[in-house]
Amino acid sequence: MEFCPSMPYKNKIAARAALEMRSGQVINLGIGIPNLILDYLPAGLEVFIQSENGILGIGPRSAAGSEDRNLIDAGANYVTLNPGASFFDSALSFALIRGGRVNLSFLGTLEVSQNGDLANWIVPGKMAPGIGGGMELAQKAQRVIVTTSHSTREGAPKILTQCTLPLTARGCVKTIITELAVIDVTPQGLMLREIALESTLREVQERTDAPLLFPPGEIPRF
Amino acid sequence: MIDKTTTIDNALSQVYDGQTIMVGGFGGPGTPFTLIELLHQQGVKNLTLIKNDANEPGMGISRLLEAGQVKTLIASHIGLNPAAVAMMNRRELEVLLYPQGILAEKIRAGGAGLLGFLTDIGVDTILRDSREVMHLDGREAILERALRADVTLIHAAIADRAGNLIFAKSARNFCPLMATAADRVIVEVEKVVDTGSLDPDQIHLPGAFVDSILALDELTPDYGILPQHAL
Repeated sequence: MEFCPSMPYKNKIAARAALEMRSGQVINLGIGIPNLILDYLPAGLEVFIQSENGILGIGPRSAAGSEDRNLIDAGANYVTLNPGASFFDSALSFALIRGGRVNLSFLGTLEVSQNGDLANWIVPGKMAPGIGGGMELAQKAQRVIVTTSHSTREGAPKILTQCTLPLTARGCVKTIITELAVIDVTPQGLMLREIALESTLREVQERTDAPLLFPPGEIPRF
Repeated sequence: MIDKTTTIDNALSQVYDGQTIMVGGFGGPGTPFTLIELLHQQGVKNLTLIKNDANEPGMGISRLLEAGQVKTLIASHIGLNPAAVAMMNRRELEVLLYPQGILAEKIRAGGAGLLGFLTDIGVDTILRDSREVMHLDGREAILERALRADVTLIHAAIADRAGNLIFAKSARNFCPLMATAADRVIVEVEKVVDTGSLDPDQIHLPGAFVDSILALDELTPDYGILPQHAL
């Protein structure tokens, strides 16, 4: 699927995030924007999408009328299967995760910090629906990519020098993908890798609380 | 021949007030809606429930929560049930939340006769404030105690009369783990077949873990496609 400027921001983030996948990978997609990535898998890419409720190899969401009552993903969506899919129990599902067999985990977030701290499970006194699989994915997946709107609904930055909310895991995030930018977490700090076609370096920095590093030369656009 | 099948009237005859009950299922699949409804009608109270989630308002264990039959819920994520979240926030329901795989492993450990295990999950988070932190080989680890229950209620696709079970697709989830971790294991199934007719290689849970089997005559709408999750 192609990018287009009129794409809703969530779909734009999902479409860009899909380009981070590599054939052969075991990948988990969190609830929210990560779940939309399924709609943007590059043609010919062969990956195994894992779902915490005990599936490896899920495909696109089921078309209306062809749902299977026994086949949902961890977000309760009815899904299809790809060739080579398998089912297992919840303990085995998390052996995959905690044992380090998940190559790539896409997670949404409330906050992310310049050293890769992730805070996405609780707003004390306001929202605490549970932990789900996010903490184990954040801590144990080989690579964690955060897909998130660049700012909160109120316009506050989500990419911070330091998280203010209780952490999900410390120093786990490797890459941040928003509607404005692709940013890598490096030992030196946050390195801007790509910038959205309609954005500017100035806008990205102004809407980011943490300082950004800029690579030499032209920064690729998406 | 061993025959563990039971009737609607007898299925929950040994379930009492104040017990700890594990309930299988992740969302709809694997949730024993019929056994839960029987529990609701029976009116037992003061229960501690262990389930991955809280189903959705008006469905599954939410019926027990909303009827005030549950004192404590041990779960991983209850975000799809605003009724349960509201009860938790009003402190009408005690909710203990664990990372999902840690919840599964606590049940697995209980079923395997272990007392607990050590994990580094959550060691850098506020979870450590309510946990016992130990040291192992120079690393910090959280001690997680094993979980067991008086009763486990699960749903399976097929059982033979000896209790060997086959689950369907994503309906397996917590069901076989919970079946190992309770003193009494009650299974509702969509189909009962004669012992010996299942291929031993295809059995997901051996019958030794199952005490009684309720054959379902019909599947209520709760078991069907939920329009809110379809395209």
